[in-house]
Amino acid sequence: MSDFQIKTTPTVYDVIIVGSGAGGGMAAYELTKAGAKVCLLEAGQNFDPADPKYITQMKWPYQSPRRGASTRYRPFGDFDAAYGGWDIEGEPYTTKDDTKFRWFRSRMLGGRTNHWGRISLRFGPQDFKRKSIDGLGEDWPISYQDVAPFYDEVDRLIGVFGTNENLPNDPDSIFLPPPKPRLHEMMLQKNNKKLGITTIPSRLSILTKAINNDRGACFYCSQCGRACMAYADFSSSSCLCKPAMKTNNVDVVYFAMAREVLTDAKTGLATGISYVDTLTMEEKTVKGKIVVLAASACESARLLLNSKSARFPEGLANSSGVVGKYLHDSTGASRGGIVPMLFDRKRYNEDGTGGMHVYSPWWLDNKKLDFPRGYHIEYWGGMDMPAYGFGWGIEEENGLFPGRDGQPKEAGGYGAGLKDDYRRFYGAYIGMAGRGEAVAREDNYCEIDPEKVDKFGIPVLRFHYKWSDYERLQAKHMHDTFEQIMHEMGAVPLGKKPTAEQDYGLNLPGEIIHEVGTIRMGDDPKRSALNKWQQAHDVKNLFVVDAAPFVSQGDKNCTWTILALSMRASRHIVEERKAGKL
Amino acid sequence: MKRRNLLKGIGLGSLSLVGLNVPAKAAELLYPAITPTPEVEKKDPVFEQFGRTEHEKARDAKIFAEQFFTKHEMQTITVLVDIIIPKDTHSGSASEAGVPAFIEFMAKDRPEEFQTPLRGGLSWLDNQAKRRFEKTFIEISDAQRIEIVEDIAYPNRKKPGMSQGVVFFNLMRNLTASGFWTSKIGIQDLGYQGNVPNQWDGPPADVLKQYGLG
Repeated sequence: MSDFQIKTTPTVYDVIIVGSGAGGGMAAYELTKAGAKVCLLEAGQNFDPADPKYITQMKWPYQSPRRGASTRYRPFGDFDAAYGGWDIEGEPYTTKDDTKFRWFRSRMLGGRTNHWGRISLRFGPQDFKRKSIDGLGEDWPISYQDVAPFYDEVDRLIGVFGTNENLPNDPDSIFLPPPKPRLHEMMLQKNNKKLGITTIPSRLSILTKAINNDRGACFYCSQCGRACMAYADFSSSSCLCKPAMKTNNVDVVYFAMAREVLTDAKTGLATGISYVDTLTMEEKTVKGKIVVLAASACESARLLLNSKSARFPEGLANSSGVVGKYLHDSTGASRGGIVPMLFDRKRYNEDGTGGMHVYSPWWLDNKKLDFPRGYHIEYWGGMDMPAYGFGWGIEEENGLFPGRDGQPKEAGGYGAGLKDDYRRFYGAYIGMAGRGEAVAREDNYCEIDPEKVDKFGIPVLRFHYKWSDYERLQAKHMHDTFEQIMHEMGAVPLGKKPTAEQDYGLNLPGEIIHEVGTIRMGDDPKRSALNKWQQAHDVKNLFVVDAAPFVSQGDKNCTWTILALSMRASRHIVEERKAGKL
Repeated sequence: MKRRNLLKGIGLGSLSLVGLNVPAKAAELLYPAITPTPEVEKKDPVFEQFGRTEHEKARDAKIFAEQFFTKHEMQTITVLVDIIIPKDTHSGSASEAGVPAFIEFMAKDRPEEFQTPLRGGLSWLDNQAKRRFEKTFIEISDAQRIEIVEDIAYPNRKKPGMSQGVVFFNLMRNLTASGFWTSKIGIQDLGYQGNVPNQWDGPPADVLKQYGLG
């Protein structure tokens, strides 16, 4: 093309942020508030859950011709607020050595925070120092005490409900009042007490009370996964990007797929970002004094690995060679069951908030177990809004229980008797899912595929990831626990307990969507890419504020820690800038 | 998508709509919950928009413009879903809740998963009817249909030669349940009370008492 040219915006921004999810949104919020001129690059489109053209909340299943079933565009169902998924047209990724890794991406303002479970758990003191406890992996270069003040600020800024329980590794916080437990959750609490399984109010970033004039309070529709039109749940788009935009200090560029971090050949400093306008396929460049990556753990690693130059032949900020390595996702295993005591239950509205109202933080000591790291248990159940899949597989269930007349019932069936079974079983299902910590390993990694590019011509990621017995034995323990809980409460577990050959039912890596660790921080530049401020050892004006800097995952969800650490790194940027060091 | 083409395509006019005021009434039967108001009808969306992206709008429009099942197959599906979920004292039948149109949509939405199992299963069913009664499934009597259904509706009976029919019937049962219980009729029957702004204050006192949790 003779008229091909790279368009460069003349402005030199103070900061360019790549990605608008939890980390990027918080950086945009903090930096614009401090007066920095920011360019925020987002690979996807705008999204505002209060704008009718995006709203899926409060819709009925029959408003979807597929009754809420999932599609390639909405892997979590037709009403879910994530644009993207595991399989995005023209944006492939590959695997090697029989790896089965799944990579979920949201292409929209706020990224994956629009549809997530809002489970907002602080890491505890032990989560930053696992190597000191069990000799595996690495300690973080920071401790809980370093992060605690920022967790406090995030609690106040965004809002999280829960209860102070004085637990050793699940810190007390600044909590909003939690919703009361639902019926099955009360049963679980009573039951688990007998088993010694701590079961306490969940900790979700949903506003049970309004905290400011910009966001409403929860009205209990249970649909946080569809994103909230009252902004009563946390998403980066609603709670961070929007306020950042109100400062007029940020230019948000949508449909901007970052290709490379540009550097100055002489100084080695980052000078900007080259990106593809995904609508026009034009190459564009934006210049900035500081570059902050927040594209997600794997996408940020990809960006660094693709930013090769004579000075940085192994990719940018990668003299240690750790970029892409130590990739780890939370472990996951789950089981469902039926509680016969709940057959024919009285109907009332028990939607509640999104997700569960109670959960079980890790309650055991790994020193006494055959696996090194813990997990928490999330619960589900109740009289949910019916959706695609309702009653699916009843032929495996309705023969397990006597009918209303007390007589054995034959599995399957049809007609009025079958129709009545669905009514009878409604609201009697429960489920539980373990979410655990995997051990970060050098040989679980993403790297640049030497052969493939995406539709923008950007080399794609190739994953290599294997579970070890640390994770398998943990999953086995999860399943033993699920059966123990269900037996104790008189519930009938459904399906079969997975075997060793099935990795004890472990979800595939990536499926829990908690990838972390690919650009880890540390004090030693030979063994880490970032210092304790999430600043590249090799490039002082380059920062990473998504989950890539995590040294270990914790048996927690990563979002609250991404937020606290991004706030901490952003404040550091402002201080360094004021001190003339950046 | 043209609503009239859709209705013509699935041939419900000849089966269950006799004597009714087609197409408005047919639309109500097909999509009872979203029967459009006259103004909406002019814009011709088959379904209300609910935050669709451009990709999704295009994909759904394409699906609605296509017809997968033949008229005969749609008639068979309609009979079958009403055997699975009939009208009773609580609520209407699966076809009244729009289940046949839902199954037609799902077959096009997930072709790999559904098209061959459903088309093949319907054919298997007709073959059974012809072997036993020398007519297709929709042509035989209610009692004759039930005779066949009894052989495939109970997976644990494991009647020889019926295993493929059992798998097909399981799929039909599951699709019928999904379609019925997510319809307006089904949700009302089930007694789901939510999807409205409210305050949550825990289970009602009588429920707590009932389960000894008061």
